[in-house]
Amino acid sequence: MADFSLQVNGSERKVNVSPETPLLWVLRDTLQLTGTKFGCGAGLCGACTVHVEGAAVRSCSTPVSQVAGKSILTIEGLGAKGPHPLQQAWIAEDVPQCGYCQSGQIMQAAALLAKTPSPSEAQIVEAMTGNICRCGTYDRIRKAIQRAANGGAR
Amino acid sequence: MTPLSRREFLSAGVAAGAGLVIGFYLPHSGSSAQNHGFAPNAYLRITSDDKVTIVVARSEMGQGVRTALPMILAEELEADWKKIEIEQAGADPALYGDQQTGSSASVKISWDPLRKAGASAREMLISAAALEWGVPRSGCRAENSSVVHAATNRRLSYGHLAAKAADLPIPVAPPLKDAKDYKLVGTRVARLDTPSKVDGSAVFGIDFRVPDMKYALLARCPVIGGTVASFDDQEAKKISGVSYVGKIGESAVAVVADSVWGAMEARRALNVTWDEGPNHDLNTEAVYDLLKQSANGKAAVLYETGDVSKVAGRKIEATYQTPLMAHAAMEPGNCTAHFRGSNCEIWGPMQWPPDVRDAVAKAVGLDPGEVKINVTLLGGGFGRRLDHDYAVEAALVSKAAKVPVKVIWTREDDMRFSAYRPASYHLLHAVLDGSGWPVAFSHRIVEPSVNTQKGFPPVVQGVDVDLPDEAGLIYSFPNARRDYVMTVTPVPPAYMRSVYGLETAFACESFIDELATAAGKDPLEYRLHLLAKDEDIKFFDTTWKTARMRGVLQLTAEKAGWGKSLPAGHYQGIACFGCFGTYMAEVVEISMENDQPRVHRVVGAMDCGQVINPNILEQQIQGGVIFALCNALRCQITIAKGRVVQGNFDEYQPIRMNEAPVVEAYFVASTEAPTGAGEPPIPPLAPALCNAIYAATKNRIRSLPVMG
Repeated sequence: MADFSLQVNGSERKVNVSPETPLLWVLRDTLQLTGTKFGCGAGLCGACTVHVEGAAVRSCSTPVSQVAGKSILTIEGLGAKGPHPLQQAWIAEDVPQCGYCQSGQIMQAAALLAKTPSPSEAQIVEAMTGNICRCGTYDRIRKAIQRAANGGAR
Repeated sequence: MTPLSRREFLSAGVAAGAGLVIGFYLPHSGSSAQNHGFAPNAYLRITSDDKVTIVVARSEMGQGVRTALPMILAEELEADWKKIEIEQAGADPALYGDQQTGSSASVKISWDPLRKAGASAREMLISAAALEWGVPRSGCRAENSSVVHAATNRRLSYGHLAAKAADLPIPVAPPLKDAKDYKLVGTRVARLDTPSKVDGSAVFGIDFRVPDMKYALLARCPVIGGTVASFDDQEAKKISGVSYVGKIGESAVAVVADSVWGAMEARRALNVTWDEGPNHDLNTEAVYDLLKQSANGKAAVLYETGDVSKVAGRKIEATYQTPLMAHAAMEPGNCTAHFRGSNCEIWGPMQWPPDVRDAVAKAVGLDPGEVKINVTLLGGGFGRRLDHDYAVEAALVSKAAKVPVKVIWTREDDMRFSAYRPASYHLLHAVLDGSGWPVAFSHRIVEPSVNTQKGFPPVVQGVDVDLPDEAGLIYSFPNARRDYVMTVTPVPPAYMRSVYGLETAFACESFIDELATAAGKDPLEYRLHLLAKDEDIKFFDTTWKTARMRGVLQLTAEKAGWGKSLPAGHYQGIACFGCFGTYMAEVVEISMENDQPRVHRVVGAMDCGQVINPNILEQQIQGGVIFALCNALRCQITIAKGRVVQGNFDEYQPIRMNEAPVVEAYFVASTEAPTGAGEPPIPPLAPALCNAIYAATKNRIRSLPVMG
């Protein structure tokens, strides 16, 4: 066990966990931020996606020791200052079905738009292909990202 | 208006918050469904603060029941939709009936009772207002959660009227609205659960926590049917935070820790010796062999007209097979339990709460009434969460470790220690006349019975309870037979989205294409010919109408541009199928890339009667197609040395965005009573895909998956 200081959603959080603990479980169990989901534990599905220093990262495969002191953003922090355009677009397109993968989908999309504000369809597909949705909401995800990139209009 | 019987209305009285409370009991439906949950419920509460609360007694697993069911009630109630609040029911069969979320039945069997419940409440509220104003009720109408007196334009809110309405008799046959007057039903209402699913606040089973809760993982015997011989927990107990290690049942050892990660580490450190049992040599081929060996055994007739054995002509025969498949919902298995000695409480994602209650009670030695069930959101279900294994394990671990505990399954646990869509084998046979039309058609389905292996007796001799819903033959043949040989394999069987529909449609609709090819006719024209006459085809309790199947075929073909020119290298395939009372047709458009199909576009048309919410219906069609495509193309479960081979999403690969085709969803405008929408999009996809592959390559796929 060791002490780590994390910058989570703009606040400093101190945790005492074993250094190899994946960030996912620190967020979910220790900090009770359960919006970030466990899907595969192997970086294969994207349900656990968060931002570390602005980049989309699979928190299930990222030891907490690697992100000490770094800035971490989760789905709970994404809309802290008012809903993110992607969250608004997700509502406008009524994307989720079961909803379990959607936190990861939105965080992945947010990292894309932060870097590429007006992505082409091919860029959207490339960025989002790491995120699995078993309900098959891909068409609406694509439309929601385009809507958000387009300032909320379709 | 005369009061309802007690059977129909359990209570109408003043709630704690001074208001109108209507609980209603929904009578059991058809005989074929006794074990499969056709008795849903709902519960309406209007309080003096103008809050209208609708309790949803079906599980929300993405299919939209928390929006669609309240819409039905709210429509008749004339409720202000913006002020509706939703509550999820626990397990309470006395009040809510069976509560099984399956068989695409939530809307179908809630339709009448929910309309009636909303209408009854509306009429009572109107009466209450008329009494308060001292005016004839005929001069009053309900709108937007208020009653309005037309002549004076006075208005009283439902909250204001709630207490008075509660004292009035409940109308037994309240007038129901005409479909043309619907304001909510049939419109693209936004899902009520969406906002909570985009900000991380939605609580799934895996997110739920109780104070002082511990986390548990189980080490389960890797071989199907194997047991624990012995275990050494010395190393596991050295892991920080581990508080308990012990055997659970005969085939698993649980580790309990302060954190999920601690439990994972402890399980890795645990040393278990397994008794692999009788299946240690089982492999996939042996499972198929069991099916093939029983193909000529005793068959139960599902449908028969004429006599297929006495028809002469050009004979065509083929065999088809489908593999084991896993549900692989995004939320891995989990359940939270707190065994407190004299009672037990369960929180989790489940499709059948009363069954969980009964199974947990039996497992921990309590009465069902001593087990309280709380249903969370489900991160996907697809039928897997009709099983109670997750909850029983959690309850046993809580009892053994004497703490509230959340059992979590890893992805590999969920893939390998699951129950699966059974493998199936099909014998097809037809006789064509001189013009190429079939004068005889027979289809034998050889497959384990999910229900019988789970302990639910066949609906009639040898007929699994689900087959009447999912194996209908909806063509008009002069001589036809579909029958079923019930087999048993060692692999645990599960209900999986469309249950028998997927394999029945794959075999039948691919074979129909074979016949069309043999006859030198267009596959759409061939099907339309077999549906040309308006006929009723009775299959158990369902009366299928050829006209409605024709309707979805024609709509799909028209929207897909069937027979029109396609982009170079593109080919189409078509298929149709009916299940759960709903008609569905799909056209799949592909090209071949490196000998593999690339799916560009799928057009689906559904006739499910009255559409409650086109927004959600479109989701079900789009999602169903993507779900089915994964198994049609490549996803299968295989067995080697008694073990499930696939573990994670690298070996069982769902469709991702880069492979997801455009899916266009259409439906037939109808005021027929609504039927299910969650499962009917599944069955036509694989045959439509394989028929497109045939069109492209002249290679007939008779075994799924395509890329197997």
